[in-house]
Amino acid sequence: MKRLRTFADAGVLGGLLIVALLFAFLIGPQFLSPANLELMARQTAIVCIAALGMTMVIVAGGIDLSVGSVIALGTVVAAQFLREGAWPLVAACGAVAAGAACGLMNGVLITGLRVVPFIITLGTMLLVRGAAKGLADERRLEAPITWLNGLLRTVRDGSGLLLPWGIWVAVVLAVVVAVTLQYTRFGRHLFAIGSNERTARLCGVRVERCKIAVYTIAGAFAGLAGVMEFSRLSVGDPTVAIGAELGVIAAVIIGGGSLSGGKGTVVGTVAGAGIMTVIQIGCSQYGLPNWVQEIVTGTIIVFAVALDHLRSKRQ
Amino acid sequence: MRGVRKAFGGTVALDGVDLAVRAGEVCALVGQNGAGKSTLMSILAGAIRPDAGTMALDGAPYSPANPREARKAGVAMIYQELSLAPHLSVMDNISLGLEPRRPGVPGALGFVSRDKVQHTARAALRQLGHPEIPIDAPAGDLSPAGQQLVEIARSLACGCSVLVLDEPTSSLAHADVQKLFGLIGRLKQQGLALVYISHFIEEVLEVSDRFVVLRDGRNAGEGPTSETSGDRIVSLMVGRTLDDLYPSGTRTIGAPVLELRDLAPEHLAPVSLTLHRGEIFGIAGLLGAGRTRLLRGLFGLDAVKSGAVTLGVHTGPGTPSESWQRGMGMLSENRTGEGLATNLSIADNMTLTRLKGLGHGYFVSPSAQQRAARSWIERLGIRTTGPAQRVASLSGGNQQKVAFARLLHHDVDVLVLDEPTRGIDVASKAQIYKLVNELVAAQKAVLIVSSYFPELLAICDRIAVMSRGRLGVPRPASEWTEHTLLLEASGARPAS
Repeated sequence: MKRLRTFADAGVLGGLLIVALLFAFLIGPQFLSPANLELMARQTAIVCIAALGMTMVIVAGGIDLSVGSVIALGTVVAAQFLREGAWPLVAACGAVAAGAACGLMNGVLITGLRVVPFIITLGTMLLVRGAAKGLADERRLEAPITWLNGLLRTVRDGSGLLLPWGIWVAVVLAVVVAVTLQYTRFGRHLFAIGSNERTARLCGVRVERCKIAVYTIAGAFAGLAGVMEFSRLSVGDPTVAIGAELGVIAAVIIGGGSLSGGKGTVVGTVAGAGIMTVIQIGCSQYGLPNWVQEIVTGTIIVFAVALDHLRSKRQ
Repeated sequence: MRGVRKAFGGTVALDGVDLAVRAGEVCALVGQNGAGKSTLMSILAGAIRPDAGTMALDGAPYSPANPREARKAGVAMIYQELSLAPHLSVMDNISLGLEPRRPGVPGALGFVSRDKVQHTARAALRQLGHPEIPIDAPAGDLSPAGQQLVEIARSLACGCSVLVLDEPTSSLAHADVQKLFGLIGRLKQQGLALVYISHFIEEVLEVSDRFVVLRDGRNAGEGPTSETSGDRIVSLMVGRTLDDLYPSGTRTIGAPVLELRDLAPEHLAPVSLTLHRGEIFGIAGLLGAGRTRLLRGLFGLDAVKSGAVTLGVHTGPGTPSESWQRGMGMLSENRTGEGLATNLSIADNMTLTRLKGLGHGYFVSPSAQQRAARSWIERLGIRTTGPAQRVASLSGGNQQKVAFARLLHHDVDVLVLDEPTRGIDVASKAQIYKLVNELVAAQKAVLIVSSYFPELLAICDRIAVMSRGRLGVPRPASEWTEHTLLLEASGARPAS
């Protein structure tokens, strides 16, 4: 019984390994070459960064559907700043701040109006998307090329970095979020709120404050994901990342997060995002059409959750 | 039922239990939590299958594969937690799962005959003697007592001959309990066989013809109720005498620690009272009298209209978080809905209010959490595999000890306890009384709300009665009897 549980805890990582090995078997060992692994890491980074924030939101029993729109707003804000001649770092910070502001709005509306997060963020999803389009005048914003565009570019200059800057940022943030969730008061409070909000309130957890904080943090992460997206596109595009929130939520869910709250880990989320990328890149390199890859990803989501459900029932 | 055995993994839940109920008889099934009552009844209701043993119904062999078969054979069960669909109407709930078909071709397509649904519902409620319940109202709008009646009506509508009632009075007020007993008497006369499960010995004595005691999965004794006493049943349940239940000893009352001045939570008349160190203050009353509202108001969980709470040097009411910081802790009456985050571990639940000190600065160390929890698990004798076990998989008594341990871990000065012993076994009750007694001996103060008057009379220093939103005058416990408490609580005698 105990062995089964340990096995299941490692389930997502095991799943990632199995999927990767399967494609290595189908395509050949070059699938796992350093260059290909780097490509996959670069593909995962954007979803992964947004999913870190989403993990915290889902652990606290919430959901954020506005992520895709916030990513688009992030690309537009970054581009706008650069066009005005701002330093690249200021442009990046501006995008993150814009994301945090969107998250703050989500949090304040959810706690202030006492409407469920699904509805509030469904509303702000449209609202933020509209704002991004308005800010960009409904077109793509060209921006001067800066070092921001190199955030996710492959490192071939022998600068000693094993991976692009953007990926290191994601790795550091993943560690920070993992430690926050497991080893800080704020993190334990999030689990308590997600597991039983009334208990948290009884126990003196400042539920409203925690919720506003968690949505703001998630917004900031989405804004940063927007910077990464901008770095890839090198333009500010208000129509980018439509539907990205579903991929982000899927990563958390495959990673063992529960939509009813109180469950979720960073390791699981990162592995979940990884599984989706491996399938995507594996399928295209094996020459399978796009639709196959979508069917496989959908199947994996359903089975990952069913497996998780079965496991908690056994306990 | 003869020689019923059931084991879960390594633990034997039932070890050769016999139970017989005759038609037209109320048989009380008593025993502590974990004695095997629920397992035995789940087997009877077809929810689980026994490893060994035989069952017979009206002389014919009976072995239901699932609850549906059991219902068809005429065995129905009313669980402690009511299981109605709150948004459906009363009549739809009564015929749920057995919807009468429309005559003719449409019936084969699953069309439901509304006339028959109405007719069945009316007939069942009339049989219960409660035709006043509106059959088209949503079931969720009824009081707990009304909802329970609807559940019983549902069992009657499917023609049951054996009815099991599991702790049916746990969510009822006193007047409704009396009505329920009347109803049980009528059902008995109609020839039903009833099994009545309860923790309240007084109820067992009042309502049953015969009693069967289970202890540790075995028959521990049985007999006609009229020839026994409450003391005897309890000693059969625990295997020892009742004297150990309530602790004794003298108390020294200290300085005032908590003062309410004209505190007026919503729907309540202003309340003033003073709680001293080393004192247990009891608030008696019936369900819905406003006792929980008062506690929630003074703790800061609900808003209050006016008035003040003084705790040490602070004046409030503050938020729950401020209440904890000022040294006041509360135990919720709703153990699984509010008291505990049941999906989290024992350690998380015990330490949630005071994570400070379990790690450096802003950080929390899980191993320190577990160490703290382990010491409380040992002190309170909580039966568990360890501090990492999820609270959901513990028994009721052990869950309550986890919730109680939270106040001990926080080391509060003032304990606000709302129904601390509801629905838990006698051994756990005795342990909680003992703990409370130790705490007041250490000059803590306890404010306790309970519907179970004997326990208030036994452990409190002073008691006041709450009735219809108004708190009466507190008097020393020795000046009260169960009778006078009930008189004032039911409004028969106005609070002077």
